Amino acid sequence: MTARSTPTRRPAASRSAPFPFPFSAIVGQDELKLALLIAAVDPTVGGVLVLGDRGTGKSTAVRALAALLPRMRAVTGCPYRCDPARTAGLCEACAPDAAPRSALVDVPVVDLPLGATEDRVVGALDLERALSQGVKAFDPGLLAQAHRGFLYIDEVNLLEDHLVDLLLDVAASGENVVEREGLSVRHPARFVLVGSGNPEEGELRPQLLDRFGLCLEIRTPTELAVRIEVVKRRDAYEHDPEAFVAAWRRQDERLRRQIVAGRERLAAVTVSDAMLEQAARLCMALGTDGLRGELTLMRTSRALAALEGAGAVETGHLRRMAAASLRHRLRRNPLDDTGSTTRVERAVAEVLGE
Amino acid sequence: MSQSPAPSGPWAEAGLAAALLAIDPPGTGGAVLRAPHGPVRDHWLALLRGLLPEGSPWRRIPVHATEARLIGGLDLAATLRAGRPVAEAGLLAESHGGIAVLAMAERHGATTIGCLAAALDRHEVVLERDGLARRLPARLGVVALDEGATPEEAVAAALSDRLAFVLDLTALGMRDIHPLPWDAAAVAAARTRLPHTALPAAGLQALCAVALELGVMPVRASLLAARVARAAAALAGRDAAADEDVATAVRLVLVPRATRLPVPETDEAPAQPEPDDSLPQTPPDEPREEGVPRDDEAMAERMIAAARAAIPDGLLALLQPAARRGPRGERGRAGARQASPRHGRPAGTRAAAPGGGARLNVVETLRAAAPWQRLRWQGAMAARPGRVQVRPEDFRVTRFQDRRETTTVFVVDASGSSALHRLAEAKGAVELLLADCYVRRDQVALVAFRGRSAELLLPPTRSLVRARRSLAGLPGGGGTPLAAGIDAAGQLATQLQRRGSTPVLVLLTDGKANVAADGAPGREQARSDALAAARQVRAAGFAALLLDTSPQPQAAARELAEAMGARYLALPHADAAAVSSAVKAAQAL
Repeated sequence: MTARSTPTRRPAASRSAPFPFPFSAIVGQDELKLALLIAAVDPTVGGVLVLGDRGTGKSTAVRALAALLPRMRAVTGCPYRCDPARTAGLCEACAPDAAPRSALVDVPVVDLPLGATEDRVVGALDLERALSQGVKAFDPGLLAQAHRGFLYIDEVNLLEDHLVDLLLDVAASGENVVEREGLSVRHPARFVLVGSGNPEEGELRPQLLDRFGLCLEIRTPTELAVRIEVVKRRDAYEHDPEAFVAAWRRQDERLRRQIVAGRERLAAVTVSDAMLEQAARLCMALGTDGLRGELTLMRTSRALAALEGAGAVETGHLRRMAAASLRHRLRRNPLDDTGSTTRVERAVAEVLGE
Repeated sequence: MSQSPAPSGPWAEAGLAAALLAIDPPGTGGAVLRAPHGPVRDHWLALLRGLLPEGSPWRRIPVHATEARLIGGLDLAATLRAGRPVAEAGLLAESHGGIAVLAMAERHGATTIGCLAAALDRHEVVLERDGLARRLPARLGVVALDEGATPEEAVAAALSDRLAFVLDLTALGMRDIHPLPWDAAAVAAARTRLPHTALPAAGLQALCAVALELGVMPVRASLLAARVARAAAALAGRDAAADEDVATAVRLVLVPRATRLPVPETDEAPAQPEPDDSLPQTPPDEPREEGVPRDDEAMAERMIAAARAAIPDGLLALLQPAARRGPRGERGRAGARQASPRHGRPAGTRAAAPGGGARLNVVETLRAAAPWQRLRWQGAMAARPGRVQVRPEDFRVTRFQDRRETTTVFVVDASGSSALHRLAEAKGAVELLLADCYVRRDQVALVAFRGRSAELLLPPTRSLVRARRSLAGLPGGGGTPLAAGIDAAGQLATQLQRRGSTPVLVLLTDGKANVAADGAPGREQARSDALAAARQVRAAGFAALLLDTSPQPQAAARELAEAMGARYLALPHADAAAVSSAVKAAQAL
């Protein structure tokens, strides 16, 4: 066994709070919660971008997701937590092993902290082992930790451009290739990229927008009753996190079962030609570039159908997923004041009927 | 507080905020302290420090604090000494259990603000740098010292939203300072009482209702107010927050963030005028029965009345522009970059010897040297094993990708004479230019002048949406204070240059000034003032473009352009493409 083929095994990033805020206790923000559930059912829908006001619970929802996701089976001792059921796309160490031992592990939801440097994101030479033992070993980065899970970037517009490009590239290819300091490592890195940001603090590049599967716009609630409920639950949670989490355990458990059922049903959900045509007509009416819009709309609608126990995609599913799947793919006309959400809604009414 | 009568006045309010902050720094987040550098501010800081437990950390974050210093990283000296990576805690982790004082908070970049916000939210610092991965506890309070000279220069909203208290000590002098009844022992007692202090549902609802009524949109503000109400109850020795504790939270947390005045109830307001003076303190004999929650709505209404009474008259003037401009201080500061080519955006490293201004990247150098250590120890230089041996071929320097950012400052004449002619067209021209700026990722700012003065309608931002919104809301009419407009634009340009951005002024006017610099009417004076202001712009060397908006090209406007050293373009003869290329030419200067 050569030194470089044994990557350092870091303990997976421990969850910061022992009792994260329960997912089902989040007030409102239904579109955001639904999008995260859909990404949990079908990770291939692409990343989720959350744009909106500060303090609307964007981060809370993503971090709550970590506790909600059903645990997954992974090869014991593999630093990338390879899936023992898969035969392709495994890491170098797992590939030749026919029947690896496996165990249930938590699905990673990795937070990319502000100020993270590139070496920790992609992985680099293990400084500790190099310094103390003179061994050249690969120290996997956050991309490796996020494999088969979620990678969350708060304030995605504050991240250095070259890091964002890198993340999008890896997210699209599903593989992280490291060529640095004489190391040559490639490992699987399939994850759902979740980014959040506030467009008032600087807009995102249009190329970047298009790379996300779903895009959500969330607003500060303005109804008094909703706001009271938000503060009340947060206050109760802070006062006694353990009791609060226990009180919501059943609801979270129900959602978890829904995710599991949705995943099992996903492959069986059918998409008729009529639905494909409707999706294509909608994208044409909106003038979205390329096929990515159509593809995402189809996938998200299918995941929605699976999540809700339907056997086939129907117009209603398309209608509900249209805004989140398409609003960030419209060609920007800087002089047109109409919000993209309104434009999508108008096209939906025209093409799909009321 | 039990034996002495409750003190009042602005210093007492500030002192109360200090006491409440000292009870629960991580819960309240901290305070925005708007005050010039001086003894009053020092007194307040000393007061706060005295109320904290003995030996609590107290760290100062200077403007030049790097990200590495803030969140920590590899301790190079220790690493070299020990021969293994040693992490160094940053300022945030060092402030754990105490206070971080952010000096000149209004000048910090988006990265520092983002790091602080993350630490305040998560109560820990997550370090993923330099080959290190650590989680360090960071339960701290932040005191943001705001020395902004104008309302536009304020602490970034991403930070101020997370700090409960917003204090303005600008108007206070040394004679306003008097001893206050809270001492460290009282605060410590309140701290132990705090976990067992309840906030009745009615109080919580009242705080939410008041926030909405005052136009305080972030829900976080209500949550902070709830914690402050609890702390106030703990300080007063109560088990549950009473009316006056909720009122304290309203006064200290919600009122300073108000963007609009509460609408007076038609039948309530005259019937319930606040007794006389400022503070909604309930009479001392009432709290006993207040402990019992009454009708929730009644409480909300009482609190709104209290909030209304707590808003000083002068604030009204401040509120209106804030409400129009949207949340205060919400500016795209993410783009402020250093002007020096050695301080651009880091874009990886390359192997090269340092010198000639290139900066040695220590970590990458060490990392390059690291794998060879065993080999080198075996060589001739094995005098002192255990020490890292770095050779010239290991040197790595950071590459910087410099992008001098351009900020286009639009100066729009919205006076009557202009409005008559072509304000709409001028707006159209600006919109076209905005589209260009969006493509180039430039920042834009908007200054408008009309009536007697100039106003910064849109601080530098990259948000096209906001630029368009503030342009659409631009009213026309009134005199032409051309000098004031040019002056305001010049000041903004100077500020931008100091921040490392390149300003470009685009002035849209017909050049017919009729209001002098001091606001007095009079064509002659106005004209000479405008020319003087224009010459100052020229002296500062800012790139400028003047778009003449009058129906026929004017000699006045042309003369002004000459005085400014600006390119001159008559709008009637300029189509969109010509305007756009003229601006591009100006930006290329």
